[in-house]
Amino acid sequence: MSELNPALAVPEIFIALSSLALLLLGAFRKQEAAQGISALAIITMVLAALLVPAGGSVRAVAFTGMFVVDGFAVYSKLLVLLASALSLAMSMGWLKHEKLERSEYPVLVLLATLGMMMMISANNLISLYIGLELQSLSLYVLAAYQRESSRATEAGLKYFVLGSLASGLLLYGSSLIYGFAGSTGFEALAHAVSTGTPPIGVVVGLVFVLAGLAFKISAVPFHMWTPDVYEGAPTPVTAFFAVGPKIAAFSLLVRVLVGPFAEMTQQWSQVVVFIAIASMVVGAFGAIAQSNIKRLMAYSSIGHVGYALIGLAVGNQAGIRGVLVYLAIYLFMNVGTFAIILSMRQKGRAMEGINDLAGLSRTHPMMAAALAIFMFSMAGVPPMAGFWGKLYVFMAAIESGYIALSVIGVLTSVVSAYYYLRIIKVMYFDEPAEGLDRGVSGGLGVIMGINAVLIVVFTLVPAPLVSSAGTAAAALFGG
Amino acid sequence: MTDWPLLSITTFLPLLGAAFILTIRGDAAVVARNSRNVALMTSVVTFLVSLLVWVNFNPASAEFQMVDQARWLPGYAIVYKMGVDGISLFFILLSTFLTPLCLLSAWEAVQVRVKEYMIAFLILETMMVGMFCALDLVLFYVFFEGVLIPMFIIIGVWGGARRVYAAFKFFLYTLLGSVLMLLAILAMYYDAHTTDIQVLLAHRFPVYMQSWLWLAFFASFAVKVPMWPVHTWLPDAHVEAPTAGSVILAGVLLKMGGYGFLRFSVPMFPLASHDFAPLVYTLSIVAVIYTSLVALVQEDMKKLIAYSSVAHMGLVTIGIFTVQVQGIEGAIYQMLSHGIVAGALFLCVGVVYDRMHTREIARYGGLNARMPAYAIVFMLFTLASVGLPGTSGFVGEFLVLLGAFQVNSWVAAFAATGLILGAAYMLYLYRRVVFGKLTRDDLKSILDLSPREITVFAPLIVVVLWMGIYPSTFLGPMHASVGKLINDYQLAQTAVPVTPLALR
Repeated sequence: MSELNPALAVPEIFIALSSLALLLLGAFRKQEAAQGISALAIITMVLAALLVPAGGSVRAVAFTGMFVVDGFAVYSKLLVLLASALSLAMSMGWLKHEKLERSEYPVLVLLATLGMMMMISANNLISLYIGLELQSLSLYVLAAYQRESSRATEAGLKYFVLGSLASGLLLYGSSLIYGFAGSTGFEALAHAVSTGTPPIGVVVGLVFVLAGLAFKISAVPFHMWTPDVYEGAPTPVTAFFAVGPKIAAFSLLVRVLVGPFAEMTQQWSQVVVFIAIASMVVGAFGAIAQSNIKRLMAYSSIGHVGYALIGLAVGNQAGIRGVLVYLAIYLFMNVGTFAIILSMRQKGRAMEGINDLAGLSRTHPMMAAALAIFMFSMAGVPPMAGFWGKLYVFMAAIESGYIALSVIGVLTSVVSAYYYLRIIKVMYFDEPAEGLDRGVSGGLGVIMGINAVLIVVFTLVPAPLVSSAGTAAAALFGG
Repeated sequence: MTDWPLLSITTFLPLLGAAFILTIRGDAAVVARNSRNVALMTSVVTFLVSLLVWVNFNPASAEFQMVDQARWLPGYAIVYKMGVDGISLFFILLSTFLTPLCLLSAWEAVQVRVKEYMIAFLILETMMVGMFCALDLVLFYVFFEGVLIPMFIIIGVWGGARRVYAAFKFFLYTLLGSVLMLLAILAMYYDAHTTDIQVLLAHRFPVYMQSWLWLAFFASFAVKVPMWPVHTWLPDAHVEAPTAGSVILAGVLLKMGGYGFLRFSVPMFPLASHDFAPLVYTLSIVAVIYTSLVALVQEDMKKLIAYSSVAHMGLVTIGIFTVQVQGIEGAIYQMLSHGIVAGALFLCVGVVYDRMHTREIARYGGLNARMPAYAIVFMLFTLASVGLPGTSGFVGEFLVLLGAFQVNSWVAAFAATGLILGAAYMLYLYRRVVFGKLTRDDLKSILDLSPREITVFAPLIVVVLWMGIYPSTFLGPMHASVGKLINDYQLAQTAVPVTPLALR
């Protein structure tokens, strides 16, 4: 407990030092270095991704118990690094095109990623908060990154105000928990709540913490910011928001709930069931009337969070494995979809209306096929990967007797199938109106292609991902 | 040869063809020609391979044959497992038989996006064959649902005026039914700890679960069959789909529901099946009589045949739930026959539609003067649909009625009225289209069947007559499996659960 053990945090330290170095580099080399700094940031994340599994997946704590590394952390960190690296790689071309290239962008992404990794490894309410705030502050700035655009600044401000409120709730909850349980360390908390009925203050505090984290994963009823921020922020930022921070916050939520508060499953499970149902319903019905694809993706992400929450509500090892499988598949579907959204241009201008995709199957057959695969996958139609994500979650839910939750889940998935199909309809059944520009940048093309192939191939070889998710989930349950 | 994984080859060969077509590049006309050829070749070879399945099939055994198995999903006992028995054998053959004919029928009718069309059809074939071969519930579900994707695209891209509406309705209706089945599958896994169909067939589900599971499966299969009152997607989908799409819809996709009842509902939930049989009878009788009457007043040829499909499938569901040898064999036979005959009738509509671009019955009349060969072909299939002895339709209907009569004579009597109405609407259709005076000017130059169209119809005619004159070829291989099914069913009924209170 008392050792520092900094070796465990090598990937984080590496990212922290690199981001500082890149910040300095950016300050001295002015704007022309932005491209290079982005590339360096990506390399940093790739190296960190190599360092993460090298540290081993045996559970160990560092910094006097503030920081924990285990199989679960390794799995989630790899997902987060992959998501951040991919979204940064995707954004380079777009930013250049919009003349928004600045060296701060990659540095902010890197800092946010560092925050996410800290969140995943948090083993104390204090380190949890620090990680979360590092991530959030970077994201606030990124949301308003396109500062000439009033929509972007509005999005940034909205996100900041609501985000601070959520952070406040979280902090308040943490202090309640500390007051009633006498500690902020997860092990001590676990011990404190395991003896007898948990004090009411801890329960209330936990609800506040849950509310704060629900905001970060945009679960209903704390989802209001999502459509506005998704729509207002520059598209590469939206792509970044949609994946990495969601996965990190979700992992954090999982770690908090099945870690120190595992003994209080009865109490928090009801709350999670409620927000799962609410998220699925709002995600399904909210998206139907959308005409902006980024807004649609916002509702879609709310819905997906709802499905993943089913696994968390179950709260056992099978459920958490379902969550981890779901999050990984969600990553690939979303990165792929945003690669396509980023390449939607008409006469050089970035487009984001669903109707701008009209007739895409004629003008860009491959891109349309890839988007169709992502949409079918999100709708959960087999044999696409999205189906398996849902299957693993529902399997766990049925095994634990959450029948009603599952029925609501599958019914909302039919509703959401409607709007995913609508995109396919626009691409395949409608005549091309004006048509998007030809020539997709090579990098985006590769990313969307690889993701589409992965989504399809997953059905044939599900073993690698599912097994590693299983190991990660087992790590959380002391297996 | 028998140690080859014949079923997996049959299933995935079309996919290989589709992948090959994907790589075809070049000038639009060249691409179109090459993709047609590759698709046709692939589907013919697939058909030949599926004939090998038939040759290697041992009709004396009631067990699953040619089983091949592989590890699949980690963490759960869900495996990749294929196999065939007397019930599924002919459905596989039906799928592989109809696909090349469909591709051939679309040779000239489809001129836009030929490459995509062929790919969609080959993927569809993989899904259909895989579904009938699957011996694992989750694998079955993957194929069962996977069918929706290519069919959605086929209806939506190459369909008629209201194709978008029809495609959405088709997709969402079937999806809604299927997701409930998915939950039932998961619940079955929870009870039996496996999704292996062979094991599940021997597993006795507790009584309280059977009703719920039965209803969940029913939600899916009833939409697929389709049964009244969830049949409304069918006329829309049929009317808007391109000809070949209608053929596959009527020929194979509807059979997925009937096959599902036979493979899952009846043998796995025998007690619930027994309890719910009156419900099925009622819905089926309503379907037979009501949709027959609706068919009588249709103005659109395809819609008329679509409603007749609902009526014919009503007979099938009656036959299945009699759980008599005649009833079940009749139901299977009726499904096979209907697959061929309804498919052929849609092709007949397609022939005149390609020439006149209308399906309105009133726009035709007196075609026998200009198209004698067509008139004969159309007549043959009309009579087969009516159930004339000597055609395939007779055998199935007769056996179903025989089975129904042993269980409930009222059901048999009502079902029989459906046959009379069937004769009425089909002959009425035939009279209006083929007989009478050729009055319309644009019909005066209409051409008779082309050699390509004759090639499409010839095998269908042969099969219809073969099935009508010598049914033993097809009934023989079914015997053992159907016998086992009925035996198990009756065993389950007599071994009535003694401890319904033992809720876990």
